[in-house]
Amino acid sequence: MSTLAVHDHGVVHHDHDQEHHHTDTFITKYVFSQDHKMIAKQFLITGITMAVIAMLLSILFRIQLAYPDKTFPLMETLLGRFAPNGRLDPEFYLSLVTIHGTIMVFFVLTAGLSGTFSNLLIPLQVGARDMASPFINMLSYWFFFTASVIMISSFFVQKGPAGAGWTIYPPLSALPKAMGGSGLGMTLWLISMVCFIASSLMGGINYVSTVLNMRTKGMDLWKMPLSVWAFFLTAILGVLSFPVLVAGVVLLIFDRSFGTSFYLSDIVLNGKIMPFEGGSPILFQHLFWFLGHPEVYIVIMPAMGISSEVIAVNSRKPIFGYHAMVYSLIGITTLSFIVWGHHMFVTGMNPFLGGVFMITTLIIAVPSAVKTFNWLATLWRGNIRFTPAMLFAIGLVSFFISGGLTGIFLGNAALDINLHDTYFVVAHFHLVMGSAAIFGMLAGVYHWFPKMFGRLMDEKLGYLHFWITFICAYLVFFPMHFMGLDGVPRRYYAMTEFPAFNRWLSVNTFITWAAITAAVAQIAFLYNFIHSIFWGKKSPQNPWNSTTLEWTAPVEHIHGNWPGEIPTVYRWPYDYSKPGHDTDFILQTTPFSETMSSNLPHDFEDNPVGLEQYNQWAKTQRSSEEVK
Amino acid sequence: MAQIQQDKDRLSLAPKKFNMWLFIFTSFMFFAALTSGFIVYVGGKTHGLNVILPSAFRYSTAVIAFSSITLFLASRAAKRLQFGKQRLFLWLTFALGVGFFAIQIYGWYILAYKMEVYFIDPNASRSFLYVFTGMHLLHIIAGLLLILNTLWGSYHNKPQVINLYKMEMSSIFWHFVDIIWIYLYVFLLLNQY
Repeated sequence: MSTLAVHDHGVVHHDHDQEHHHTDTFITKYVFSQDHKMIAKQFLITGITMAVIAMLLSILFRIQLAYPDKTFPLMETLLGRFAPNGRLDPEFYLSLVTIHGTIMVFFVLTAGLSGTFSNLLIPLQVGARDMASPFINMLSYWFFFTASVIMISSFFVQKGPAGAGWTIYPPLSALPKAMGGSGLGMTLWLISMVCFIASSLMGGINYVSTVLNMRTKGMDLWKMPLSVWAFFLTAILGVLSFPVLVAGVVLLIFDRSFGTSFYLSDIVLNGKIMPFEGGSPILFQHLFWFLGHPEVYIVIMPAMGISSEVIAVNSRKPIFGYHAMVYSLIGITTLSFIVWGHHMFVTGMNPFLGGVFMITTLIIAVPSAVKTFNWLATLWRGNIRFTPAMLFAIGLVSFFISGGLTGIFLGNAALDINLHDTYFVVAHFHLVMGSAAIFGMLAGVYHWFPKMFGRLMDEKLGYLHFWITFICAYLVFFPMHFMGLDGVPRRYYAMTEFPAFNRWLSVNTFITWAAITAAVAQIAFLYNFIHSIFWGKKSPQNPWNSTTLEWTAPVEHIHGNWPGEIPTVYRWPYDYSKPGHDTDFILQTTPFSETMSSNLPHDFEDNPVGLEQYNQWAKTQRSSEEVK
Repeated sequence: MAQIQQDKDRLSLAPKKFNMWLFIFTSFMFFAALTSGFIVYVGGKTHGLNVILPSAFRYSTAVIAFSSITLFLASRAAKRLQFGKQRLFLWLTFALGVGFFAIQIYGWYILAYKMEVYFIDPNASRSFLYVFTGMHLLHIIAGLLLILNTLWGSYHNKPQVINLYKMEMSSIFWHFVDIIWIYLYVFLLLNQY
């Protein structure tokens, strides 16, 4: 088949539909594209757009936190009824917090991250022409797009967007009349999330299936780059946990709109006793966090995979402990399903059960530490190239350490009861999954931009972007630890009303200005991104001297990725600076027979024929040495 | 050319079949979540179901189990190139599926009108009864559409590879929906009191 494909590859990379000629119109190429590379770009650009929106929302509520008593006439001009007399409406503040969280967690760091890089890299790095089902892949993007539009549209309804927090706990979310943000905005939130979950499942199913079924010749699981391992395990997590959220949301919809009482009991609304009885709001929390906890690993694991890849390439060293890296990802995947209770320590759960969740939670520190140490050991004495992608990858490691350490505090039930719902938690998760994951995503954007658009991004702007963002992220989130330890609660519109917390106002002002600086720094990225798409320097085929398969594909995107035969893989993806070889990287497609001088006995662990040849070659080398 | 086409089909159809298996995992997790929700609810509030399930559900179980047999016979006919027989058994399966759907609705009628067990009930374990069956019926609709799609392909003389592929896709899904119903039914029987 492959030899025929060289002559007529037009046939090979068609899907098995009726038409055999291939004419791309604008619609099929840029809008309803079934090509994984185009879908990846669609996900990325939509994701970045959503990220900018969510970032602006956070600036709005940061202004409120820094200046709770000031009026900003401009705000009324911009937001109208949501900011009467130039001050943010308290209910709108809650909506801002809710939508900021929802967009960042789901739309940016789940769809924007997995959607972009799984789509781009899985087929390219395992050597496949496209996804298992390109059509479902296309649907996945358009469901995501619809979900984004619906979510944003909730800003244009009378009572504003959903306001019950991104975790939408009932009863607040289940009673449309409870507050403005529980009305139509909440309904739109639920519809949007159903579309989003559909998108996520379609994507995830495709990623798993592609990795398991469509690897090229020679690409066994232990020759896959860590990025593919991470995307694969992330997709498994999503496939197993998102349906549980669907179940929770379906019951919530019945409570909201049909009058059942799954989650509702003993409700008095506006002085009226409601008929609900017997429901359990804790049930929702169980269903929500059974997704919600794996979700944070859905967010961080692709970023980890990307960073592993970027760090190895730019340290010019094999990743330290490849197998340990894979096993720790598998460990995190498995453990993530049995820790959800640590979000519910204060729901009055049985202390014994709390203890169980505490132990499982703390065990996750082990695989996480394995990964951290392996990244550091990869950097150790590497021949490091500080490209912008590398800086962002190292940034991930930094945030993951500083945010992960506070996770050990919060995982302890006894401490969590004190710290629950304070700014300590806000600081923890913004560092460990927020900043870390976004830095991983940015590392990926800088690293694979040449693969996506055939051009290079500007390095200087990249450095500017990195340093301002990195420093400001710490300036924003680090002080929050101390606020949390002092008991300052999260989600409060004006916590300075409480005399005890009044003294934190100056810190809040400082944080807000750091956040504004970080937001302004993103202009450097956006300019760089858009400018480079059209006018960036043309990229060579393998700009980072990387070993993996995606850089053997031509720079110009073609449908089916490789002209002619898909390359065969002979070695693992981390042969950097191998002693005895003339360049400091060996492509995965280079057979061992071409690299005799750098082969080592353990390259042939499961290949007795190769080992035989290697020994033969070594013997002749030695005898010719003796002749000399 | 034909040879290439065949090879290619084999290459791209297997992963799609795998997609179906993965979808079944997601569906399974969905029902596992609903039934776990039931257990948490009942355990937490000592609100039992306290409903003797109407006998309609027993008949519908028999019908859907029988439909699995007819679908299996359709698959076997397709593999033996007996297309007339394949269509006949597919139509039978479809009819049994519609019958199952009707009996479930009738079961709801008995529950609501004869036994006064309502969807909107302060005891949400009774609402769960409707959620289980309702969500399962959504899957039945999807299964029926798949069977119709297979029939459509069969009448339009699609190549045998495609015919078998469609047959297999609907079989995987339909047998799964059948098994899920048996799981839900047994689960409900065990929690009647």
